[in-house]
Amino acid sequence: MTSSHSGAEVALAVQGLSKSYGETFAVGPLSFSIEKGSVTGLLGGNGAGKTTTIGMIMGLIEPTAGRIFVFGRDIARERHCVLGRMNFESPYVDMPHRLTVRQNLRVFGMLYGVDDVERKISRLAEDLALEEFLDRASGRLSAGQKTRVALAKALINDPELLLLDEPTASLDPDTADWVRAHIEDHRRKRNCAILLASHNMAEVERLCDRVMILREGRVVDDAPPDEMLMRYGRDNLEEVFLDVARGRDPDAQEPS
Amino acid sequence: MIGLAGFSFRRMGAMVLRYYYLLRSSWPRVFEMMYWPTVQLLTWGFLQTYLTSAGGAASGSAAMAAGSLIGAVLLWDILLRGQQGFSFSFLEEMWSRNVANLFMSPLRISEFIAAMMTISLIRLCVAMIPVTILAILFFGFNLWSLGVALAAFFAVLIFFAWSVGLLVSGMILRFGLGAENLAWSIMFLIQPLGCVYYPVAVLPSWLQAVCWTLPPTYVFEGLRAVLIDHSFRPELMAQGFALSLIYFALAALAFSRLLAGARRAGTLLQTGE
Repeated sequence: MTSSHSGAEVALAVQGLSKSYGETFAVGPLSFSIEKGSVTGLLGGNGAGKTTTIGMIMGLIEPTAGRIFVFGRDIARERHCVLGRMNFESPYVDMPHRLTVRQNLRVFGMLYGVDDVERKISRLAEDLALEEFLDRASGRLSAGQKTRVALAKALINDPELLLLDEPTASLDPDTADWVRAHIEDHRRKRNCAILLASHNMAEVERLCDRVMILREGRVVDDAPPDEMLMRYGRDNLEEVFLDVARGRDPDAQEPS
Repeated sequence: MIGLAGFSFRRMGAMVLRYYYLLRSSWPRVFEMMYWPTVQLLTWGFLQTYLTSAGGAASGSAAMAAGSLIGAVLLWDILLRGQQGFSFSFLEEMWSRNVANLFMSPLRISEFIAAMMTISLIRLCVAMIPVTILAILFFGFNLWSLGVALAAFFAVLIFFAWSVGLLVSGMILRFGLGAENLAWSIMFLIQPLGCVYYPVAVLPSWLQAVCWTLPPTYVFEGLRAVLIDHSFRPELMAQGFALSLIYFALAALAFSRLLAGARRAGTLLQTGE
């Protein structure tokens, strides 16, 4: 469970994962693995099951069936052994509004067992340009500033597995581009595995080595972006996404 | 299940620091903590003064003269504010949509609970120490003079307060902010059965049995024994403390089940205002 067929170390392995709420089916069964240093995109329309899948990997949602291994540890039984090596960012989760950015990062640094928290905060502030609002209450930040702070929190422990749920949602193109550059930088420096759920096809094309497309809770395609474009005969992932969302068969497509 | 394996004082300290920052950032919060206990003290204290002066040699008047009403008000506030201090800390996480961040971090449930217990004690000190000084200044009632008895009363009350706070937090976690009113109101359900202002003996016998299942009853009976009969009853306190510990264990079990239910229902990602 710690290395893939290619010999690279597996950061995340999911086996037969599914979730239902009573009679309502949500996700599954999903089986996939993510190697260290790779970025896997999770695409899908609203309600396709992206956030539920990430929630299960984070241990916030209990799967109905299946198992999740992070760095070879079963998350259902040994999540505390690996939580310090992973982190996440989501626009649906906030940090305490009344605390300053510095105070929030200090608290999360301590929770994640960071050795020299103050030095780490200084470095993140420099890398992510947080200095000018480091001592401002988190609730008084703009959407772009909040996203940068959330990214700083997600990177506070130099995670080896990073779960990102729409990390650039509601950001202007400049800030979004800036955030993507930092995600790429972290992946390169830390050989970090990243699972990225997004609606932004350009973002997925730029960042991901591999794309999984979910529809109604099931993986309907799973391939590197280039291969997917070629197979669907499309110029960009947005067109591929529309084909998948509308149930078009890739074999029936005429290459453009 | 909640256990102490792998407990980290640093992570617990991080959460205490988080609540300390919150208190420090908002003077209205600190003012509000002192405001209600002060209002309660003054209202009941002056009522006691009036009843004592108007009651002559009646036995009720003797109890009033001994300060049983003011003593009961102060101990009741320890119970109420102890529970609210615990539950409100948890509510802060819900209001700020921070729950997922915490449950995804290495923070263990036992550390989270220990932090809320600690901050509940800090909030109690902020709220109650000034009020006990006011009780001396205005009414000549010195709660601190109860000594060992006060320590015993406090131990029973605070563990019961944390038990109720933990149960309420679990319900908010499982059922969302629709259950938040419980944090304000649940303790008032216990007030009539905890025999705060009157002896157990005045209740119908069937109701007395119910009252003796609640730890506060032991404390308020014990308080009246100290103030009116000048006798400390350690056996009452031992029974009350044992009951409080049982309630705390049951509340921890309930919290654990409610958290598991929240994970099954997927509500941990849907918390917020």
